Amino acid sequence: MMYAVAIVAILITILLALVRALLGPTVYDRIAAMNMLGTKTILLIAVFAFLTGRHDLLDIALVYALINFIGLVAVLKLVEQGNFFTAGESTTDVKSEVADK
Amino acid sequence: MIDSIVNITLLSLLAILAFAIIRMRSLFAVIMLFAGFSFISAGLFVAMDAADVAFTEAAVGAGISTILMLATLALTYAPEVHKKEKLPGHKPWLPLAVVLITGGMLIYGTSDIPAFGDPNAPAQQHVAPYYLEKSLSETGVPNVVTAVLASYRGFDTLGEVTVIFTAGIAVLLLIGGRRKKTKNETTEGVNET
Repeated sequence: MMYAVAIVAILITILLALVRALLGPTVYDRIAAMNMLGTKTILLIAVFAFLTGRHDLLDIALVYALINFIGLVAVLKLVEQGNFFTAGESTTDVKSEVADK
Repeated sequence: MIDSIVNITLLSLLAILAFAIIRMRSLFAVIMLFAGFSFISAGLFVAMDAADVAFTEAAVGAGISTILMLATLALTYAPEVHKKEKLPGHKPWLPLAVVLITGGMLIYGTSDIPAFGDPNAPAQQHVAPYYLEKSLSETGVPNVVTAVLASYRGFDTLGEVTVIFTAGIAVLLLIGGRRKKTKNETTEGVNET
């Protein structure tokens, strides 16, 4: 019962993060919402593993955490410097381009 | 009970995300929503006990393809082209009719296939009983799908990984030469303006 309530609460949180991702006026709102959504998916899988007694799902939750982090770093690197092939210096002014979209 | 709540909620979220992706004009936001779509569908796969599919969906859908689409956006983005986007010349009714007819035929076709999880379905009769009985004692893997994918079809999976590895090398060879050229073009463009 406790796990079921936790799962419903996590689903509501996913819905709220999704609303922010859809409405989000700036690009950073959407990035934060997507990071939040990934974290909530990890939590959902973890609680679901305890609810159904399949503890091997916890490993999958860990891999999701790693993927979520890598994706977030890639997105922020693109927003900050506009490419993936320089080591910090920006080539184009994608920052303003992304921001005005 | 809680299983169906989770499934229904996640599927509704997927439908909302799909409509939002169709309606949204900002490509960056669309890529972000694609990542969310992949994560939610991966969670759905985990809830349906398909751990390997969920693994692949999270790694490829949420991880790699998001990064690839962002890299493509960074290489191809042009503000003037984006703002003067042309509306399609044809009417949307013909594609809509084709989609509706195809969808209707597919739904009609599902009335003939056996019910979900039916033990008497032809797909469950061939080698599935053998796997269900012997996979744990023969391979020691608790998940049957993982046992089939990684143990019984280990060579098949190895071949797939080899194909993907070769494709990755080819893409690196193609893009690796172009990378410096793009950088020079960009700096030249900055110098000219």
